[in-house]
Amino acid sequence: MSTERIYIYKRFERFWHWSQALLISVMMVTGFEVHGTYTLFGFGHAVQYHTLAAWTLLTLWAFTIVWQFTTDEWRQYLPTLKKVDAMIRYYAIGIFHHAEHPFRKSAEQKHNPLQRLAYLAFLSVMSPIIWGSGLLYLFYADWGAFGLDRHLSLEWVAFGHTVGAFMILSFFFVHVYMTTTGHTWYAHIKSMITGWEEA
Amino acid sequence: MSSRLKLALAALAAGTLLASLTAVAMPAAAPTSAVAAASNSTADHSKFKALQQPFKTGPEVTKACLGCHTEAAKQVQHTKHWTWEFTDPKTGKKLGKRNIINNFCTSPISNEKDCMACHAGYGWKDSSFDFSVEANVDCMVCHDTTGTYRKLPGDAGHPVYQRREFPPGSGKFVEAVDLRKVAQSIGKTSRSTCGSCHFFGAGANGTKHGDLDAALQNPDKYLDVHMDRKGLNFTCATCHQTSGHQVAGSRYEMAAAVTGPAHMRGKADAEPASCQSCHGDRPHPAQLAKLNDHARKVACQTCHIPEYARDAIGTELSWDWSQATKMGADGKPVAAKDSAGRRAFDSKKGAWVWDSYVVPEYRWFNGEFAYKTLGDKIDPSATVEINHPGGSPAAADSRIWPLKIHRGKQAYDTENNILIVAHTAGEDDTALWHNYDWQKAIGTGMKAAGLPYSGKYGFVSTEMSWPITHMVAPKGDALACHQCHSENGRLQGVAGVYLPGRDRPRMLDMIGWTIVALSLGGSMMHGILCVLFRRCKRSKQA
Repeated sequence: MSTERIYIYKRFERFWHWSQALLISVMMVTGFEVHGTYTLFGFGHAVQYHTLAAWTLLTLWAFTIVWQFTTDEWRQYLPTLKKVDAMIRYYAIGIFHHAEHPFRKSAEQKHNPLQRLAYLAFLSVMSPIIWGSGLLYLFYADWGAFGLDRHLSLEWVAFGHTVGAFMILSFFFVHVYMTTTGHTWYAHIKSMITGWEEA
Repeated sequence: MSSRLKLALAALAAGTLLASLTAVAMPAAAPTSAVAAASNSTADHSKFKALQQPFKTGPEVTKACLGCHTEAAKQVQHTKHWTWEFTDPKTGKKLGKRNIINNFCTSPISNEKDCMACHAGYGWKDSSFDFSVEANVDCMVCHDTTGTYRKLPGDAGHPVYQRREFPPGSGKFVEAVDLRKVAQSIGKTSRSTCGSCHFFGAGANGTKHGDLDAALQNPDKYLDVHMDRKGLNFTCATCHQTSGHQVAGSRYEMAAAVTGPAHMRGKADAEPASCQSCHGDRPHPAQLAKLNDHARKVACQTCHIPEYARDAIGTELSWDWSQATKMGADGKPVAAKDSAGRRAFDSKKGAWVWDSYVVPEYRWFNGEFAYKTLGDKIDPSATVEINHPGGSPAAADSRIWPLKIHRGKQAYDTENNILIVAHTAGEDDTALWHNYDWQKAIGTGMKAAGLPYSGKYGFVSTEMSWPITHMVAPKGDALACHQCHSENGRLQGVAGVYLPGRDRPRMLDMIGWTIVALSLGGSMMHGILCVLFRRCKRSKQA
């Protein structure tokens, strides 16, 4: 067996990823309770946990953004259309008959072209929708002070927030599934825990 | 020391001990806090010469009061307690008990002898009452501290001068009031004095308001966090701060949406009887800031008075006058009580529904009711709102308020489409409760009210709203978030506000969950195909 291993995910990156995973999960569970989909913690607690998780994640992101730029890791999210067609062909057909994965991970290029596009969509579409509407929601009481109450209604802000939530929930399911498509079902998950990718 | 002296001293000591023990075992009969409050007054009214005479009537006592309190009667005569009238400053419309036909006893007109048991005056028996006579102002009904001052229906506001059976035929007797004793014990108002009328509105304990009943004479913390006899022990006047006999805080001039910080005592204050006047409009601590934000849309009372009539006394929810004059099988008047011993039917008055621990109904409300008053046209094809709560979701002066809505069926003139004033109380031939004849009762009542009567009457459904503001619960009993933020919660029927947990766009939910299901289903399908083909492992050799 080949034992070639490369160190891909650094310690902070792994900490960031798993904290974020936990916080987003908490926010999805509590968010849909606030939305009225089910009762779990009780409305009051759901709002409390949701808000707490949101502030925690914002803080985490503040550190992460600094980390991304100081380490130059932000380049990992630059989109490319190169090999995207090959990636799509692989997941649609190749994966079912032992085709070789068209992308090889390296410390310089952690994400395959499809991942880059997906994460870019997360950053540029879902994130602004969920954070924009979420912060407006959170500061609903202060709309008047900024003259926003004439242009906004809570109903539409909540609508936008829910749109973002559905997008992220869909992203979440596909993302989690994709992590199981490595050479073993747990290979990707393991490397996100240890940082080492077995090539 | 002689043995005789020793004996005398021993007897004295024993007697003193016995007397003090007796005093502990049998405390003074009147438990009201007003007694204690009066005791630190700088004036002992029992020492006043003017009050040491054998008073025969209420007005005689008032004259004695006015000997020192020269302006008191004039002040009272400018209050609703005296005039039973209020002119709406915005519309100019005359309101107050003299002008409104409610859906309880309906109207005092032609029934003054009974109703004026709750007038702060003496002798208002019909429309000839002279409102300028100062001696007719009743000081004692508000300032009695003995708990013995009683005014009964039938006496036009005079206290009980002679021992008599009440209610007639009940075998219970009401003692004559010792006017001299009451006058000498005069003091501040108390929960008992205010409550002697306000707890018994519409004729019986708890009937009218729902948030005011005799349990508030001596309440525990559960019933009222401010009036709690072992805690803050507020009297009515602690909030209803009075100046020159003008009592602050009235349904007729409510401030439904007070804003700003708590008010400094002593400053001129338009509305000292609001929650905010002491608590401000952001009363919760910083970690509960979200609750403070609610104050822009929700009245304090909505969360902090989760139910009204929170005691065994209960309150009346409906009064159906159309059942009145129905007799028992033997053709004689009958009366019945409900399973909790509250009035359910009486041939004189009709049928009632009572309940305790009642969940309020919620409406947008800006403090102003639009009233139907004497002679106002009604639409009998719909339920008549005797007082319609003003306000709207968008208005800055409106909040979501808890209301008791008392529903009823009452008489109206089917030709003129106006509510009817009926002569109910009295011993004469036209009194409904004496002769059980609607036509005669209506004839007399409408004539006294100066209203036309076509000769034809029917019964119309009416409702009357009462803002709930007393019986404030301890904070642990306040509403929890989910009681409104849920489907079919407390505010299910309140429109005009987006309520998370209650409201969500159904179409978005449908589309959203479809996309989520496709993502999850698609992933699973992909995975199943992988397993089926058993080739999903990436080949390292290839």
